[in-house]
Amino acid sequence: MEEASTSASGGRAFPRARSGLYYRFTQQNLPAWKPAMTSGCLIAMFLIIGVAFVPFGLVCLHASNHVAEIIHRYDVDCIPNGYKGNKQAYIKDSSISKNCTQEVKVLNHMKAPIYVYYELENFYQNHRRYVKSRSDKQLRYGEYTGTSCSPVEWDNGHPIVPCGLIAWSLFNDTYSFTCGSKEIKVNRKNISWKSDREHKFGKDVYPSNFQNGSLIGGGKLDPAVPLSEQEDLIVWMRTAALPKFRKLYGVIEEDLQVEETITILITNNYNTYGFGGKKSIVLSTTTWLGGKNDFLGYAYLVTGSLSIFMSILFALIHVKNPRPPGDPNCLSWNRKNSSS
Amino acid sequence: MPDKDIRRFDANIRLFPPFIDNDICPLTINNTLLQSCYLRNTEWACGVAVYTGNETKLGMSSGVPEPKLTAMDAMIDKLTGAIFLFQLTVVVVLGSAGNVWKDTEAHKQWYVKYDYDEPWYQILVIPLRFELLCSIMIPISIKVSLDFVKSLYAKFIDWDEEMYDLENNTPAHAANTAISEDLGQVEYILTDKTGTLTENKMIFRKCCVGDTFYGNECGDALRDVELLNAIANGSPHVIKFLTVMTLCNTVIPIKSPSGSILYKAQSQDEDALVNAAANLHMVLVSKNGNNAEIHFNRRMIQYEILDILEFTSDRKRMSVVVLDCQSGKIILLSKGADEAILPCAYSGRQTKTFLDAVDKYAQLGLRTLCFGWRELESEEYTEWSRSFKEANSALNDREWKVAEVCEKLEHSLEILGVSAIEDRLQGGVPETIEILRQSGINFWMLTGDKQSTAIQIALLCNLISSEPKGQLLYINGRTEDEVARSLERVLRTMRITSSEPKELAFVVDGWALEIILTHYTEAFTELAVLSKTALCCRVTPSQKAQLVKLLKSCDYRTLAIGDGGNDVRMIQQADIGVGISGREGLQAARAADYSIGKFRFLKRLILVHGRYSYNRTAFLSQYSFYKSLLICFIQILFSFLSGIAGTSLFNSVSLMAYNVFYTSIPVLTTILDKDLSEKTVMQNPEILLYCQAGRLLNPSTFAGWFGRSLYHAIVIFLITIHAYANEKSEMEELSMVALSGSIWLQAFVVTLEMNSFTFVQLLAIWGNCIAFYVINFFISSIPSSGMYTIMFRLCRQPSYWISLVLISGVGMGPVLALKYFRYTYRPSAINILQKAERSRGPMYTLVNLESQLRSDKGNMMVPISTTPVKNKSSVYEPLLSDSPMASRRPLASSSFDIFQPTHSRTSHPRNIKAN
Repeated sequence: MEEASTSASGGRAFPRARSGLYYRFTQQNLPAWKPAMTSGCLIAMFLIIGVAFVPFGLVCLHASNHVAEIIHRYDVDCIPNGYKGNKQAYIKDSSISKNCTQEVKVLNHMKAPIYVYYELENFYQNHRRYVKSRSDKQLRYGEYTGTSCSPVEWDNGHPIVPCGLIAWSLFNDTYSFTCGSKEIKVNRKNISWKSDREHKFGKDVYPSNFQNGSLIGGGKLDPAVPLSEQEDLIVWMRTAALPKFRKLYGVIEEDLQVEETITILITNNYNTYGFGGKKSIVLSTTTWLGGKNDFLGYAYLVTGSLSIFMSILFALIHVKNPRPPGDPNCLSWNRKNSSS
Repeated sequence: MPDKDIRRFDANIRLFPPFIDNDICPLTINNTLLQSCYLRNTEWACGVAVYTGNETKLGMSSGVPEPKLTAMDAMIDKLTGAIFLFQLTVVVVLGSAGNVWKDTEAHKQWYVKYDYDEPWYQILVIPLRFELLCSIMIPISIKVSLDFVKSLYAKFIDWDEEMYDLENNTPAHAANTAISEDLGQVEYILTDKTGTLTENKMIFRKCCVGDTFYGNECGDALRDVELLNAIANGSPHVIKFLTVMTLCNTVIPIKSPSGSILYKAQSQDEDALVNAAANLHMVLVSKNGNNAEIHFNRRMIQYEILDILEFTSDRKRMSVVVLDCQSGKIILLSKGADEAILPCAYSGRQTKTFLDAVDKYAQLGLRTLCFGWRELESEEYTEWSRSFKEANSALNDREWKVAEVCEKLEHSLEILGVSAIEDRLQGGVPETIEILRQSGINFWMLTGDKQSTAIQIALLCNLISSEPKGQLLYINGRTEDEVARSLERVLRTMRITSSEPKELAFVVDGWALEIILTHYTEAFTELAVLSKTALCCRVTPSQKAQLVKLLKSCDYRTLAIGDGGNDVRMIQQADIGVGISGREGLQAARAADYSIGKFRFLKRLILVHGRYSYNRTAFLSQYSFYKSLLICFIQILFSFLSGIAGTSLFNSVSLMAYNVFYTSIPVLTTILDKDLSEKTVMQNPEILLYCQAGRLLNPSTFAGWFGRSLYHAIVIFLITIHAYANEKSEMEELSMVALSGSIWLQAFVVTLEMNSFTFVQLLAIWGNCIAFYVINFFISSIPSSGMYTIMFRLCRQPSYWISLVLISGVGMGPVLALKYFRYTYRPSAINILQKAERSRGPMYTLVNLESQLRSDKGNMMVPISTTPVKNKSSVYEPLLSDSPMASRRPLASSSFDIFQPTHSRTSHPRNIKAN
């Protein structure tokens, strides 16, 4: 009875082919590379990392230092003296002229193209409620379904185009630059991503019912211009990941000389006073590494030097306290045996 | 009523006219065909379906098996619980922080346009968002990955050629695919003796007929000239002895077409006896119904078998009543254990010779059977026959009634002699036990055999050492008090000597064990914890199971190994059940989680498969937590910069792909990872301690992984937000930089934690990195996706690559340094062996070298028979001299002293040991 019933494990042909990768795999016997972590190997590794990182950090730093940058914060300076105590009243009162003139000095020679950014600080474009409040479909095709734009969706039953908090809070300060009496031209074309203009914002989608509500957020849009050409909006809609961010305003396509004084005429429309946000205007050149950012350079320098330090430390320990590789006598049970 | 005992079926049948013989006929299990049986050696069978469906024996006994959970799974569950608590804490803390921030700050942020008069439940929104963000903290993929690797572990066991039993053509088989890791964590092995340690291949070796010992000189009675002469001369004793050997059994002879006779026996002992008798010219030619035909010295003798008084484990003997067709005499032939047969001798007969013989044979590790004979008066038989039939037809307590009736007949026997059957030790058993004991596994031998045989076998297979290295303590006694005192004494000795480097073992027999298990469980538990080795003799299947349960209750991981039906309960009870698909059928193998062909494969099963499985799962599970925590920590850190509103840095596609794809595939190749070669593990079995003690997966190693994920998250996050600050801080770009950083780091982490790299691993780890870019390029080329053009844009930026190299350097540098420092200056035993292994050969250890070494090792395992090992000359003495026989005369033939009153040796067909 027992012999008669089927074998528990099932018959398998044996022996099978005793070669081939599959066979080796079944026997857990694939050729394997077993790297050994030797002291020399590791010290060399840290040393190489260090030797590679430090010069590279210097290169990065050099690139970053090469960038000429002017940052000018204007949100406080642009408030007329009478409103210093009540900034909100000033910014909300549309009857007061928001024009404001600031002067900055060029400290280093700036080669064209010079990028003009506005910088906002303490502005949470990454807030969940904010970042979700948009409709990509509407921006592209003009239709809006769903509720993703809440709470800025409808104006008395008419759909708002573009809807959502991001569009509603469009940044609307404007800048113009003069150097002496000569006006510096700022190119405001092509400041957004080409891919956005072509594939994310519709050519035949026009703003409608925008900023019609009782509560006006940010800037207005020209209803005659399709969204794909509303470059300020397109730039703004690329939400920033951090509460301090810069967005491109335009490009100055002429060099700025050292010691030149540039007058910036600002229309200070955008309300950052309610939440203590900072507004700055930034003029910056660029290099292969991007704008001025010392972080990568310093990080590489520090990592590289620490790495060299570690390799020296390990080398010292190794020299003072050499360990023969793999002495089975060190095994606890072997030690026990020899002592007993 | 249907029941699940496949060894019993009590019923009657009465055939009504036109059948003439309409008596009540008893029906037993012998008349029953069980479900899914094959008919052999017959053209047809006539039957009635008695039970069907779930009422069949099979249906009744297929209970819902308790799902086995490995210790590792339990630990993973515990860690999951801890992570869940951590997740809740994060949700509560960040949720309330988010609500506070919302009330104080967010209301000022006009662009977020919060309503001042929200419904109350809005307070739950932020915590729930964090719950969503953190939901990936507990990796769902871990279950899938674990199931996958576990099934592969099982496959590896099935595939393993070194556990392929060439003799019986059976591969090892893992029936339970979920518990391979537990194999590496075994602390106690409870093993059966017969068929497990021994081959269960019985060979008739010696016998004692009348007053003469045969087979002493040459060790084989079949070639003993004296015996052959006695047969030729027709010595009546010897002929009677042979007749019992031939007839007193349930063997069925089958004539093969070539004319030779094959015997089909249910028990190996009977098989051995009948074959031996055939070799001694007493050939059982055929058995047709009740007629048995015997050839003896060219003469034909006919017998009619009248009744069979079957063997039960209580009776420990069986008898056959036959009618000699020539002389018309009715003869009772009995065979059985010495203590079951010798008391039945007719009064006045000296049984001392036989007692001595039994003693002597038992010391050699032979199985003994005593044979008896009595001529019956025909009146006596007729009378008895009626009551026997009556008892056999009883529907209640049939077994007991039959036994009672049998007792009436089996008395005043003429004791013919004693047979000694050798059950050879399986090949490689002592080495296997040695290695497994070295690896810190405690062995308990549970056997139905008698004490002295058990001790002999235990000595032979390295289970216990003789004095002065080892010491054997006895727990015995017939009454509760005696047992209690004995137990107390053993316990005291055990406590005192536990500090000494002495191998202590205790022996307990079934009777004492029964008392202990009912009354002194606590003391016995303490003893069990103290004692590394134990021999339990004369235990029933249910006692075996009880012992397993006891050890399990002390939180030990137990492995039970056995081959017969009597081990099934123990196998099912244990954490891991291993069945040997041997001669006693496949009952045990089928009930077990693993079935192997030979005991010696257990070594490989535990040390190689168990250990690797444990190591691999330890890495896999902790890594799964690591990668989930990593992404979660990044999200949490990001929430501090996004107004604690629960913004997700990563888009949903990336998150999903991260868990399911990017981080799952590379780590799965851990199934090919080997920290040490099989050879090194076999040479240093102590290394198993790391698995047993759970050193590779416990809260403290987990804390290391937790810390690593936190550190890596901080590194990725800080570098990303600083490198991608100001004009670059675009949401999608920044999120992809952070994600790429995580992918790079995890590739390095997997690389660092792997010990050996086959091309599969290299392909999976680095191919995964490439796949990450391919997939993201693909997504980036879909205009409607949120990530449109992002990846192309990033890959063109030098700062992207610079940031990633920095993340890798800063992330891995300290981890590498720490690992190196540990590896070199605070090495674990595994590290030392790794170093030893790697410094020995070239860096590229080729496998053929390994397999070559392995085959060398295979040669070492020369099968060892049970004949006493000559070099073990130390005298084996008990510490406690409570045994009156402690100082018995040393036997010349054996180098071991015997310390216990050795009664005799029972062995009986099938070893059924009914519970």
